[in-house]
Amino acid sequence: MSENKNVATVDVAKKYKKKSQTADIVKRLFRNKSAVLGMIIFLCIIVIALSADFLFDYEQDVIKQDIMNRLQGPSSEHWFGTDEMGRDIFARVLYGAKYSLKIGFSASIVSLAIGLVIGAVAGYYGGWIDMVVMRIMDVLLAIPGTLLAIAIVASLGSSVNNLIIAMSVSGIPGFARIVRSSVLTVKDNEYIEAARAIGATDRTIIFGHVLPNGMAPLIVQATLRVASVILSTAGLSFLGLGVPAPHPEWGALLTNARSYIRDYSYMCLFPGLAIMTTILSLNLFGDGLRDALDPKQK
Amino acid sequence: MSEVLLDVKGLKKYFTTKRGLLHAVDDVTFTIEKGKTLGVVGESGCGKSTTGRAILRLHEPTGGQVLFEGQDVAKLNATELRHKRKEMQIIFQDPFSSLNPRKTVSQTIEEPLKLHKLIPDKQKRLEKVLETMETVGLAERYINTYPHELDGGRRQRIGIARALALDPKFIVCDEPVSALDVSIQAQILNLMNEIQEQRGLTYMFITHDLSVVNHFSDDIAVMYLGKLIEKAPSEVLFANPVHPYTQALLSAIPLPKLGARKERILLKGEITSPINPAPVCRFANRCQYATDRCRSEEPQLKEIETGHFVSCFLCE
Amino acid sequence: MSDKKYAVEVNDLVVEFKTDEGIVHALNGMDLKVENGKTLGLVGETGAGKTTTALSILRLIPSPPGKIVGGQIKLAGEDLFSKTEDEMRKIRGKAVSMIFQDPMTSLNPVLTVEEQIAEVIELHEDINHAGAIQKAKEMLELVGIPGERGTEFPHQFSGGMKQRVVIAIALACNPTLLIADEPTTALDVTIQAQVLDMMRGLRDKYGTSMIMITHDLGIVAEICDTVAIVYGGRVVEYGTLEDVYNNTRHPYTEGLFNSLPNLDDRAAKLKPIRGLMPDPTNLPEGCTFCDRCDYATEICKTVKPKRVYRNEEHYVECHLYDEESVKTGGKIGK
Repeated sequence: MSENKNVATVDVAKKYKKKSQTADIVKRLFRNKSAVLGMIIFLCIIVIALSADFLFDYEQDVIKQDIMNRLQGPSSEHWFGTDEMGRDIFARVLYGAKYSLKIGFSASIVSLAIGLVIGAVAGYYGGWIDMVVMRIMDVLLAIPGTLLAIAIVASLGSSVNNLIIAMSVSGIPGFARIVRSSVLTVKDNEYIEAARAIGATDRTIIFGHVLPNGMAPLIVQATLRVASVILSTAGLSFLGLGVPAPHPEWGALLTNARSYIRDYSYMCLFPGLAIMTTILSLNLFGDGLRDALDPKQK
Repeated sequence: MSEVLLDVKGLKKYFTTKRGLLHAVDDVTFTIEKGKTLGVVGESGCGKSTTGRAILRLHEPTGGQVLFEGQDVAKLNATELRHKRKEMQIIFQDPFSSLNPRKTVSQTIEEPLKLHKLIPDKQKRLEKVLETMETVGLAERYINTYPHELDGGRRQRIGIARALALDPKFIVCDEPVSALDVSIQAQILNLMNEIQEQRGLTYMFITHDLSVVNHFSDDIAVMYLGKLIEKAPSEVLFANPVHPYTQALLSAIPLPKLGARKERILLKGEITSPINPAPVCRFANRCQYATDRCRSEEPQLKEIETGHFVSCFLCE
Repeated sequence: MSDKKYAVEVNDLVVEFKTDEGIVHALNGMDLKVENGKTLGLVGETGAGKTTTALSILRLIPSPPGKIVGGQIKLAGEDLFSKTEDEMRKIRGKAVSMIFQDPMTSLNPVLTVEEQIAEVIELHEDINHAGAIQKAKEMLELVGIPGERGTEFPHQFSGGMKQRVVIAIALACNPTLLIADEPTTALDVTIQAQVLDMMRGLRDKYGTSMIMITHDLGIVAEICDTVAIVYGGRVVEYGTLEDVYNNTRHPYTEGLFNSLPNLDDRAAKLKPIRGLMPDPTNLPEGCTFCDRCDYATEICKTVKPKRVYRNEEHYVECHLYDEESVKTGGKIGK
């Protein structure tokens, strides 16, 4: 093992660079036009949400009432018009994006993390652990998600954080089930047995072999879950259980506008459009991601 | 007499199913000498793969002893077992599902070294990976490729390299060439032969292909529905098969020669269920020589000549 | 030579598949013919084009990505490519039927086996349901399964029995040509022996012509009359069993035989064919086998070998031979 040889091995490893699997996936994703469209729209929405603070002042533009200018139609001064308190709807929709995305992302990530652990343990160990854990998940699933969230928010009080908790809890069973079924599929492969044969521990097997191969449906589910959380939050706010007034959450904006729908329909139109565009873009992106991650397409 | 490496005594593996206890491996006893190859043949469901996996404790044996160099593998605790795995390895049948699709060739081969912290130095480990790749005939340019970029033969070489990386003494080869094309199959068989000669490895070679097992093994064990029914040195078994099932099995091999067709023994009758089997001969239903005794009593494995074991009432 | 009747003739068939990696040249001038009542063995490795040939005869090449670029297929003298899709439907299952490799997945799990056999009969024959079921039971008896088991579902059958059911379906309408794609690969040796025995019996009884797709030269020796060795989407050697087994000419055929373990001589070392099949998206300019051939010369790399006949039937595509040397030949390498 001379020094020369050492140098040689480094060269070999460098010379034959590995082809990135992520690059492959991205390439396939970009081939799908509707996925790219979804991604672009969603990126724009994120940028808008992040820049809301720089564009408008929360106290002045978003929640401050200005009765003089109430219920004005869209104009060059108020692009989306103003509401019954004279607040600029454009500013409120923009700030609404911030709330909606925050709740959507946080709730999805929390459910993903908890569901991942629960599903992986249940799927990998099987037997009575699987039985007990999955029956608990079934019970959670048997309660309609919105109803569960309503119950949680009703008992904890309505605030953004409680909303996130409610949405996270109702998302866990879905993730747990997906993780469990993909663990079960991957677990049957001989390379899992091979890993055990070379002396790998359960932890290495789960995190090194099982999960990396079962991630694809999970990533897709997470994307779609963001969309459904945004929708549910809007629904809850619509029922008066979401983000409390005067904060501008999209669902709350819609509830507000409901009473004026006959004469001032633009008040409903813009928050509605915002919700629709976001959900549509996420779903397009999620579907494209599913196709890109599916190895069968190779 | 050379040294016995593996001594399997009364190995049992039962699976609980909805319909009862499935006797996958039932009271199997054999030895493998150091540096030799034992071929295990039989049809699907005869328990040959389960036997291999029970020896390595990839399936927990239900009963019996597996003495590896005199030490009972079946009694090791989890940590001891992990260490023992350095000495006993396995090569799998399916070159597609036996490799993690998200690991490159070098990641797959170095994983066992990392797990056992054998070569802590990254540089030296890479050297070992390259050395192993060379042994199995994988060009170094494949070091960072993923399995899906390679063909079946090369993937199988990765599987062999992974097993060899720990320098084991004993390898269970579970149908390592069945999924490969004829010309590639011969390449892999030759490779495994060379490695055995170089390293003095001991193989347990599980297959359903009788011509391959004849070429490859020193001894052959024939299994039928969880039972070992005949074991003999390869020449003896092919020249003088005693058990009626072995005879039928050998006569069924299609020979790639003209005019070579032998008188074929066609088996009739239904295969006995391996779930809660009665203590009788399990082949009796399909056996042309079966007597009342075969249907009421279970034959035991007997040595009829040196090294030739048969479990049949016919040879008593 | 010309008064022989052929069940099927494939002439110079070229099939391509478009994929992301480029155009896969699956068949590059495939030629084969099966005489009425005879059996042809189609031998080759994975990706040689065996199954593509079979699917072309049924006109079942998925398109896209597949495309028949050129050539001709004649079924009992009639041009297959001029048929309409309606006419093809009548041919499939009736004149030509196919047995697939995996008996486990080619049966419908929710229908009883007799219903599955009766379905084919009803599609192609003017017969009522009761009559079709009756005939289905007869077919089951024919393949060695008691007729009363017809009311059972596929999962109640063993692998060998399922393959018998598949064969019963294939033979139900008394086809003139039966294509069997590795029919026994998924079966155990003793079961394989039973199934082959049965197929041979039925073929002889009904005078069915057959194409047996396999990689097992042992099976070919047992059941076929002629054999075509396929490599890189072309037939590289064709002849009667006698021609190909005892007067082997092509180096690839020789390589296949040498790769097989010899049952009579355990000590004999295997002589594998070195290297791998060429990439079908990028086939060599000359002989497709030249990269792996021990006898390859300069000409092999650039010029496609012409067909040389040893006798009326037996031909080989290899630069090693000319009209004269192919006859004397003896062993390869002169």
